[in-house]
Amino acid sequence: MNILVCISNVPDTTSKITFSSDHTSPNTNGIQYIINPYDEIALAKAIDLTEGTDGKVVVINVGEAATEATIRKALAIGAHQAVRVDAVPRDAWFVAHQIAMYAKNNPFDIILTGRESIEYNGTQVAAYVGELLGIPSVSIAKRIDIEGDRAIVEREIEGGKEVLSIPLPLVVGAAEGVAEPRIPNMRGIMSARTKPLEVIQPTAVPELSHIVKYESPEPRGSVTLVSADDVEQLVDLLHNNARVI
Amino acid sequence: MSVLVYTEHTEGKFKKSAYEAVSYAKAVADLIGTSVTAVTIGTVAPADLATLGNYGATKVLHVSSEQFAQFINQAYASVIAAAATHVDANVVIIANTFSGKGLAPRVAAKLEAALADGAVELPQFEGDKLNIKKTAFSGKAFAITELTAPKKVIALNLNAFEVRESGGSAAVEEFKPEVPAGDFTAVIKDIIRITDKVPLPDAEIVVSAGRGLKGPENWAMIEELADVLGAATACSKPVSDAGWRPHSEHVGQTGIAVSPNLYIAIGISGAIQHLAGVSSSKTIVVINKDPEAPFFKVADYGIVGDAFEVVPKLTAAIKAYKGN
Repeated sequence: MNILVCISNVPDTTSKITFSSDHTSPNTNGIQYIINPYDEIALAKAIDLTEGTDGKVVVINVGEAATEATIRKALAIGAHQAVRVDAVPRDAWFVAHQIAMYAKNNPFDIILTGRESIEYNGTQVAAYVGELLGIPSVSIAKRIDIEGDRAIVEREIEGGKEVLSIPLPLVVGAAEGVAEPRIPNMRGIMSARTKPLEVIQPTAVPELSHIVKYESPEPRGSVTLVSADDVEQLVDLLHNNARVI
Repeated sequence: MSVLVYTEHTEGKFKKSAYEAVSYAKAVADLIGTSVTAVTIGTVAPADLATLGNYGATKVLHVSSEQFAQFINQAYASVIAAAATHVDANVVIIANTFSGKGLAPRVAAKLEAALADGAVELPQFEGDKLNIKKTAFSGKAFAITELTAPKKVIALNLNAFEVRESGGSAAVEEFKPEVPAGDFTAVIKDIIRITDKVPLPDAEIVVSAGRGLKGPENWAMIEELADVLGAATACSKPVSDAGWRPHSEHVGQTGIAVSPNLYIAIGISGAIQHLAGVSSSKTIVVINKDPEAPFFKVADYGIVGDAFEVVPKLTAAIKAYKGN
């Protein structure tokens, strides 16, 4: 079984997000980049599914050369080979086209993504890729098992969960619970340097939207402290001032 | 030109997110001087369908064929795209629920539409384009996005837009779209509903607890407080990582982002990753014994105190208040 894992290069979760003075781009100074945490879960799952078989795990990233450190980390974790589509990952629509184009030319049994990137949170790529390839997709999966030529996928729904049986090939967006992220060991780190990393050119995609400006959330007013001995006052404030109960 | 809104239901009943979506669709339609058509897939009683008129839909397309009894995102996306074409919609609204997230990109791709996911406000139209504010960086920022394609799909965040009753009525029409057989290869084997708890994503009040609770055995008081408030329970990442609570309760940057009216954080210090997931909450209450906990900086109300003493007292006080 061959699995394509789509990874994006995102600011570390501890990053404080600030913007250029005209608010048109995020500041990248001093930001540490990592594999998107959900993509790490997807990658771990792909390795779990192929370990001890002749199946291979290919990671694909759409990004400029600077993302290669992140790609090498994915190889160190255990992917067999990597592809970088040499382009700025403009938006999910663009990225999904690049992935779909690669997967058309190089068929896979499963395409895994993270449920969303922690920077743009779109939850778009899995469903876009599924649509572009005309195959099923599950955007937010909590569990993935393979039974013969079908995948058993558990997905979250409001107030419960749903279990689907879906024929391969399919696209799945991995969420927490799908697999435990893996930490690269020394052998992995050494071998990552020599694993193949192919750089390919992007396909042109018409632009449908673009970000014009970023805003930071409005800072909240200062906290109103209530004595631990007077919780009735808190109830009163929540009822009469905040009007939330 | 018109606005189409997809109205999701659970076993025939619309949820608040569906009414929010219709109310939002109506406000969008008013901005561009057009009307709202709702599309509903699966069995819903005629009286329930007609209630969509009260939120601003003038027409409801109902797809009741048995073929669509269960949610298969490929097939449902085909139906919504067909409905959009049928009513010549230039804007399609979908609530950003778990199912909505799996649908919106497929609908957008079929219509070659621009997609704004996680919208938190009404758009601003400028001729054929629109600008819209959406969440980004897991709640640490917003991105104002310009949608330039002639057709637009907007995935509206839950609890981001108030339900507005307009008192109108809607005409219900049966809609029978042609959907390719290839859309139905996925099969739903099982649906497990947790009926004794308030679902977290669309909860109006969330009671959340962290490592300060010391162990999973101490969650009874959290559940009791949630119970008296009609709230959903949630937790911080260390708590779900330790297996004290399920992953589905983890709120934060790598968990679920919530935007309730009231978020009560108990024994959670307020790491930047956790704050990202709760920043859209309307009111935040923090209970923590450490007065230096970063969470107090973003809270509206705070109690510095031991959770094991404060929470039972708060539960009792709310019970007393509700009793009156």
